Amino acid sequence: MSRIAETFGKLESNNRRGFIPFITAGDPDLQTTRDLIIELARAGATLIELGVPFTDPMADGPVIQRASERALRHGFGLAEILQTVTEARQQTDVPLILFSYFNPLLQFCANEKADGTSALPAFKFEILTREAKRAGVDGVLVTDLVPEEASEFVAVLRANDLDMIFLVAPTSTDERLQMVAERASGFIYAVSRAGVTGAREEMSAEAEMLVRRVRQFSDLPVAVGFGISKPEQVADVWRYADAAVVGSAIVGELEQAKSSADAVSRVGRFARHLISG
Amino acid sequence: MAPLEELTAAYEAARADESFQQELDGLLRDFAGRPTALFLAQRLTEHAGGARIYLKREDLLHTGAHKINNTLGQILLARRMGKARIIAETGAGQHGVATATVCALFGLECVVYMGSEDMRRQALNVFRMQLLGAEVREVDSGSRTLKDAINEALRDWVTNVANTYYLLGSALGPHPYPVMVRDFQKVIGDETREQILEKEGRLPDCLIACVGGGSNSIGLFYPFLSDDAVRMIGVEAGGTGSELGQHAARFNAAGGGRPGVLQGTMSYVLQDERGQIATTHSISAGLDYPSIGPEHAFLHDEGRVEYTSVSDAEALAAFQMLSRLEGIIPALESAHAVAHALKVASEMKTDQILIVNLSGRGDKDVDTVRESLEPG
Repeated sequence: MSRIAETFGKLESNNRRGFIPFITAGDPDLQTTRDLIIELARAGATLIELGVPFTDPMADGPVIQRASERALRHGFGLAEILQTVTEARQQTDVPLILFSYFNPLLQFCANEKADGTSALPAFKFEILTREAKRAGVDGVLVTDLVPEEASEFVAVLRANDLDMIFLVAPTSTDERLQMVAERASGFIYAVSRAGVTGAREEMSAEAEMLVRRVRQFSDLPVAVGFGISKPEQVADVWRYADAAVVGSAIVGELEQAKSSADAVSRVGRFARHLISG
Repeated sequence: MAPLEELTAAYEAARADESFQQELDGLLRDFAGRPTALFLAQRLTEHAGGARIYLKREDLLHTGAHKINNTLGQILLARRMGKARIIAETGAGQHGVATATVCALFGLECVVYMGSEDMRRQALNVFRMQLLGAEVREVDSGSRTLKDAINEALRDWVTNVANTYYLLGSALGPHPYPVMVRDFQKVIGDETREQILEKEGRLPDCLIACVGGGSNSIGLFYPFLSDDAVRMIGVEAGGTGSELGQHAARFNAAGGGRPGVLQGTMSYVLQDERGQIATTHSISAGLDYPSIGPEHAFLHDEGRVEYTSVSDAEALAAFQMLSRLEGIIPALESAHAVAHALKVASEMKTDQILIVNLSGRGDKDVDTVRESLEPG
């Protein structure tokens, strides 16, 4: 059983709900990212989403775009992010997933230099899964990889005991929910409303409806994200879903931090506030 | 995915509906000004000293470029789908102007996303869009050019999908856009084929078009793909050099172009070794994009179409040459195709035929060219 399944299993048997924070790796720097992972685990995170920065984060609102831009200034890549996970793993067992756009993962899997004269270079997903597994990553969520294109990637992940997390949205049809249910493992991420990431004043009623629909197709835990920034919203999501994801609101705290230590204490404080209400 | 599935279904239905094509043909004729001329450029031909050079005059279309072919097709589709709000991205501003134009024609709300760098380069087109009643939204993220405008349009679309149609301007992005845009642009190649058969009694030996996202080129090439004797060349923006960041030549492997995924498409992408998308450079905003339509990637790998690039300086020279030799001021994008055509024609025999797609006119580029030509 994967660490993600085990974690949700424990939550369920204790009749508790999960809290899933998101941070962008390397924002403000990778050392702070490592410290944030450890602090968020201490604060009670069920699982942590580690964003892989990308130049063109088309599914993200301005807050996470800016985090990507800050992180990219350091010029590191996935190898360095995995090294950070390795370091954090020495101090915490909290499940970690990579939250990424496809291209940075794909290029990590390019096992030869393209010479430009012939067809596509071979992309070997085993390279990513092997290194991610070794670092202590538990799953991967790829925002711009649709389930019908993901079979090969999912197969390699599953063969290595890594979970593939898929996004579903209120606009997803039943056929699509079914397709996701067949391919997903770990948990399913329900997007609370149509649109990009970012905090909102009000949570839409669509989220609850969507979770109910997902449950018709899958027994996997369902997490709800996009737009959650307050303890009341977390508590509300907990009424009907297995976990609440908070991203932009946490990244917004990071943005205001004056130092690395300030970032860690701010985020820890904010996480505890979100969970305890 | 739901919006793309809805769009695909609507497009398939429209494509099968004869009345849709009839309405589109009527607008292309009466509003856009089709068919466009196929013009034998005699002085250019003499100058090159080889093949007879014909120009497919897409620059003569209403709004000044081939972009109107696609915007007319898609606006009819948007109306069929009952969408009241139209969004678009634009690089050079030609697609934005073409979108603003068809929105005015049908009385639809229009929002155009444009990178702040492109707004500076194409100030005249920004004003044209505003005159046509569109709202131009400045995109100040990333490289502040076309790709960032597309990101922002995609964000708008997923947020407002219920009432909004995303009118994408090139043969790129997720399915069905590459197919749909090609279908709306292939009128260029269909007409060219008919016209050259009428004028010369045979097919051309070579077709040349510039390639940004790749809509004017795929539109010209597509109807000739199964004619093996017709050579086809796509011309990318070579910019100021071959280092990553200095050009927009996606098929230049040494320059950082290799297969990747951007904006819902797998194609050749200019990127660093970590998969981060590179900034690009071209004197022409319309070619300044780090990826290329996926059908071009396929045609490249199949070896059916050749791809090459032309530098800013060569394009500028061709811009002036066509102005002086033929009395036609081309768009800087199209000037890339002209520049390469001069090289290719000179190596061909005088009884051979070369057709260049003159995808747009150059009024919008006059300021840029003046700045580039002024000393110091």
